[in-house]
Amino acid sequence: MADVTQEQLFEFLCRMGDNTLVLGHRVSEWCGHAPVLEEDIALANTALDLIGQTQMWLGLAGEVEGKGRTADDIAMLRDVWDFRNVLLAEQPNGDFGQTMMRQFLFDAWHLAMLTALTKSTHEQIAAIAAKAVKEVQYHVERSGETVIGLGDGTSESHKRMQDALDLLWPYVGEMFVSDAIDDAMAAAGIAPDLADLRAQYDAHVTPVLAEATLMIPEGGFAHKGGKTGFQHTEHLGHLLTQMQWLQRAYPGATW
Amino acid sequence: MKPAEAQIWDWLDAVPDPEIPVISVVDLGIVRGVAWEGDTLEVAVTPTYSGCPATSIISLDIETALHDRGIKDVRVKTQISPPWTTDWLSDKGRAKLIDYGIAPPRAAGGPECCPRCKSTNVTRISQFGSTPCKAQWRCADCLEPFDYFKCI
Ligand SMILES: [Zn+2]
Repeated sequence: MADVTQEQLFEFLCRMGDNTLVLGHRVSEWCGHAPVLEEDIALANTALDLIGQTQMWLGLAGEVEGKGRTADDIAMLRDVWDFRNVLLAEQPNGDFGQTMMRQFLFDAWHLAMLTALTKSTHEQIAAIAAKAVKEVQYHVERSGETVIGLGDGTSESHKRMQDALDLLWPYVGEMFVSDAIDDAMAAAGIAPDLADLRAQYDAHVTPVLAEATLMIPEGGFAHKGGKTGFQHTEHLGHLLTQMQWLQRAYPGATW
Repeated sequence: MKPAEAQIWDWLDAVPDPEIPVISVVDLGIVRGVAWEGDTLEVAVTPTYSGCPATSIISLDIETALHDRGIKDVRVKTQISPPWTTDWLSDKGRAKLIDYGIAPPRAAGGPECCPRCKSTNVTRISQFGSTPCKAQWRCADCLEPFDYFKCI
């Protein structure tokens, strides 16, 4: 079995942790603003799970790096160019339907990824995945049901869900594109070959979108560059100014 | 003299869960082990949900309770594997949940009946509730909403 370098492993863990951190923060922006109380609570719980998972991924990243950085240090003291989340995670909330579409498109990947990671040769990664996958099963159940309910709902909700799908579908491809880091993880049995997850993803997502009476946009174009750190969308910088406000205004503040 | 492990389990069974204080941290199944490492008592605790905000309070409550019993050196360590499951909820804990108005978890994925009137005519409002471990249900007979401790 191939070995991976400490830097490669750190990078991989940041990708996992930044996905959950950035999406978790996005979802938390709904707290107190959701259309009904039950949805507000569900969104807050989802955000909480994702941020909890972030603590485990980035905590392990800090351990692997060996420079004494904690999960908080990594989350709060880096700037845009160091983030490794996929572009889908940082897209703005838009309306409630757009938020739920983003959630479903991510959750379905997240579930497939975590399920595969429970069999990781890296013991701690397998343990984090086994913990997180139980939570994500609830996330995807809800986001899928909501996508169906709104897609196959009123003409207004249907239109908004189709708009959301048209907007967000081009961000799906990035989750399945491998680079040298992914190849190294796959060769070492630490993570799955991302391309192998695609069939499972499509088998999950396609029937849900069909039941939601939504049309998957044609063409295979994919926005990329988030997880490699090559280029984020402008939205991430705005998000970080909110999420990191306290540490930026009062560096090193604790309580 | 170091207190026996069985004694320590008894003491921990008196530490309430901060969110659902009618059950103890032992009832909840989150205390995974108690062991002496020299003069240090090591207590392994597993979180219910990874983002559960009660986790750090629980660790603090456990330390405080054991300090109060005269154990000076306590180390609470977080253990995430194997992941927490509602199968670890004790029978005593399940009975206390019902008395408190929370339907205990079931493999079938929903409550057996309304914890108040015992009607089986119940429907789900939301898979998510006031804490990560609960879902919201309602009873169509007594018309009351209630929490269901969801299966995980
Ligand atoms: Zn009832």
